[in-house]
Amino acid sequence: MPLLEVDNLTVEFPTRRGILKALDRVSFTIDKGEILGVVGESGAGKSLTGAAIVGLLERPGRIASGQIRLDGSRIDNLAPEPLRRIRGRRIGTIFQDPLTTLNPLYTIGRQLVETMQTHARLSDSEARRKAIGWLERVGIPAAAQRIDAYPHEFSGGQRQRVVIALALCAEPALVIADEPTTALDVSIQAQIITLLKDLTRDHGTSVMLVTHDMGVIAETADRVAVMYAGRIAEIGPVADVVRRPAHPYTDGLMASIPSLEHRVDRLRQIDGAMPRLDAMPDGCRFHPRCPRAFARCTEQQPELMAAGATQAACWLHAVS
Amino acid sequence: MFDSDFAYSFRKSPVAVASAIIALILVVAAVFAPWIAPHDPMDVASLSLLDSFKPPVGMPDADWSNVLGTDNQGRDVLSAIMYGMRISLLVGFLSVLFAIVVGIAFGLLAGYAGGITDTILMRIADVQLTFPSILTALLVDGVITAALPRTMRDALQIYVIIFAIGISLWPNFARTVRGSTLVERNKDYVMAARVIGVPSWRIMLSHVLPNVIGPVMVIGTLGLGLAIIAEATLSFLGVGLPPTAPSLGTLIRFGDDFLFSGQWWVTVFPGLTLILMVLAINLLGDWLRDALNPRLR
Amino acid sequence: MFGFIGSRLLQAIPVLMVVGFIAFALFAFVGDPVSILLGQDHTEAQRIALVHQLGLDQPFYVQYVKFLWTCLHGDFGVSYRLAQPVGSLLAERLPATLELAITASVLAFAIGVPMGVYTGIHRDSLLSRVFMVGSLMGVSLPTFLLGILLILCFSVALGWLPSFGRGPVVHVGSWWTTGFTSWAGIRALILPGITLGLFQMTLIMRLVRAEMLEVLRTDYIKFARARGLTNRSINFGHALKNTLVPVITIIGLQFGGIVGFSLVTETVFQWPGMGLLLVQSVAVADIPVMSAYLLLIALVFLLINLIVDLLYYAVDPRLRIGR
Repeated sequence: MPLLEVDNLTVEFPTRRGILKALDRVSFTIDKGEILGVVGESGAGKSLTGAAIVGLLERPGRIASGQIRLDGSRIDNLAPEPLRRIRGRRIGTIFQDPLTTLNPLYTIGRQLVETMQTHARLSDSEARRKAIGWLERVGIPAAAQRIDAYPHEFSGGQRQRVVIALALCAEPALVIADEPTTALDVSIQAQIITLLKDLTRDHGTSVMLVTHDMGVIAETADRVAVMYAGRIAEIGPVADVVRRPAHPYTDGLMASIPSLEHRVDRLRQIDGAMPRLDAMPDGCRFHPRCPRAFARCTEQQPELMAAGATQAACWLHAVS
Repeated sequence: MFDSDFAYSFRKSPVAVASAIIALILVVAAVFAPWIAPHDPMDVASLSLLDSFKPPVGMPDADWSNVLGTDNQGRDVLSAIMYGMRISLLVGFLSVLFAIVVGIAFGLLAGYAGGITDTILMRIADVQLTFPSILTALLVDGVITAALPRTMRDALQIYVIIFAIGISLWPNFARTVRGSTLVERNKDYVMAARVIGVPSWRIMLSHVLPNVIGPVMVIGTLGLGLAIIAEATLSFLGVGLPPTAPSLGTLIRFGDDFLFSGQWWVTVFPGLTLILMVLAINLLGDWLRDALNPRLR
Repeated sequence: MFGFIGSRLLQAIPVLMVVGFIAFALFAFVGDPVSILLGQDHTEAQRIALVHQLGLDQPFYVQYVKFLWTCLHGDFGVSYRLAQPVGSLLAERLPATLELAITASVLAFAIGVPMGVYTGIHRDSLLSRVFMVGSLMGVSLPTFLLGILLILCFSVALGWLPSFGRGPVVHVGSWWTTGFTSWAGIRALILPGITLGLFQMTLIMRLVRAEMLEVLRTDYIKFARARGLTNRSINFGHALKNTLVPVITIIGLQFGGIVGFSLVTETVFQWPGMGLLLVQSVAVADIPVMSAYLLLIALVFLLINLIVDLLYYAVDPRLRIGR
């Protein structure tokens, strides 16, 4: 049984102009110890999926239908209190910008201790000892002294290490990492990804790695889900999706990434922009930008279907 | 700004509509007081002490010719309120107008000149903002009054009050205008104008002013409430308008003396009118701010 | 730390000089102290003697320096109206004003902050709306009217509380007087305290609410939620502490405002404080009292600013480095 099952998840935002569907029947699973990469342009619904899983959708957003199961039991319909106990303890979260995710007025030690004591009965000295251990594990030098420092006394990269320690310190089974390297210096990005990968492998933690950086996914993830306009366009093992993309959108995405292995004369780009939520086209949501669209694409919305080693929501792969 | 969205959001807000109606009724009652008021409270000859302290309708011995009762001199309270509102509104409007003119002038100057001028003006504004405006108004009023020859005091008092209240309100406007000016100053067209030798302040004026109309209207509306309260407070303290031209605040001060002898209506009705007026204005101002600033909702 | 306080004190000097100059200018140029002090009947010789005695025949910068010098020694001149030294007049009334202001601030803070936190967290609940509408009424209600209505209600109609004065006071030390020691003194504080504090309370509530809304949107609050921290810890620990910095500033500045604003409340309740003295002095153009009051208020504001800066320092660790 997979650790996490997301089943036809639909998220809506009721607004004055009507109900906007931000996620439309999104389904995927994550196995124990697996790293699932989630890619897509900004606004495709990647972060929203993560927020829906931990029950932190911002108002007025709400889960309209579908199920989310963790270890086989539903968590999408839990009351606030049991849901809170899952956050941090079963599912950890890493945010994008380490400069803003740490409370500036508390020492990092206090934030770590508070998190651990919320989820487990620990004495103060025990929690402090464990906190120092976590800081060492995420590579903060002189952890025993630095534990009483405030966030502003750390560099951006170090702060993201602290954030990772905070997300993992209650030993969750799943970590949702939402663009964990986007705000960081390029030279530090690789270190943080390596750290995250090593730590989660050691603890057998599953990861949902949300990013728009295909390079990070290719190096890190086992499988990848490509999202477009609130839907999953394609999902499958990383190697297959990267080498033989089945969806024209994935294809375009891959072709727009520079590669060292194959010299390409020109990088391709996908024309147009992702449609706004209040102006979704009929049929396949990608068809206005798709170079291979045909009549059926404008009329009927495709569901995920087998396409070689991956699954793609594209009529090109319909068996008819 | 007055597009259909604006009008739509007005119609959709019952509070705004109700406040506007109340404000309109009060303004009409004030402006047309000489024609619609049941009595002329300024006409001393028509007053009779026999009519003094008649209670308002609903109490024993009341009659309909003095709906809200009469005061110690037999003056009709309702009529006095209508005439009092005239003065309160007039002083309020003119004070805010004065504050707007001064605020825009100094705000533009500070934003445009920058440097030491900016520092000094804004420092003054900051210091003044931390002072309660009533204290500023009271001190300005007191100093000017002291400097004026005794014989001219009553005649000039209304201008002194308007000046004093206006001075206490200008920093709010100046800060907004300065901020907007700073934004405009660094735009290319101002630089370009400077290069070709056009006085850039003239161009800025025409660009800055449209940008600040919205905020100035909001601050002005809320400022009108403050100005009316300030005038009423000064008059209540006995350092405001002369008793010959009683505003709402003056009426409340007169009535305050009769609280313990049981003639509560002499002070309560002008007081309620004042509250209603300021509340309507503040609600309108609040709504205006929300309507012009959808982000804040 | 000490360098920080020192630089703040240095910054205060020019402000005091400017306020001192304004106070001096009032003193020297507005009104005519000589004729007021001499009254109607006097000879030219008496007049010249008094001008010389007051130092009014000296250049104005000499007069200014002398004015500051005498002020530094607590000598603010003589009240025209009461013919008493202004310094002792103010000192006599300072305790009354400060006790009233402190009572009002404590009331405003103790009620305003929890209301602000509540309306910030439950922004759409019925009670929040009631609070918000109520606060708008509070802003629209002129202080003097509130005082009158409270008197009408609790003194005239119900007869529960006194409507004027401080009640019995007790001398503490050489010049301080307090009303806190007796029940009657405390009763006398209730209505004026509410009158003076209500406006500040609504202000604090609205401020705390706005700051709460702002802070609750931040990433570190979202991260705190994502770590499964309890609502109590998030709202009252992480969020409230982060709202404190701006709230402290405003409350600090408001205390200065309360001291200044107390003049209205003091007039309504005939409270024997500095504000009432000022109002009475303005009415008869008693310049020495006005200029001394101005200096004293400026001093109070500067002191409060200093205290606010120190509190900042205590709350926000980011300010502790680089200073």
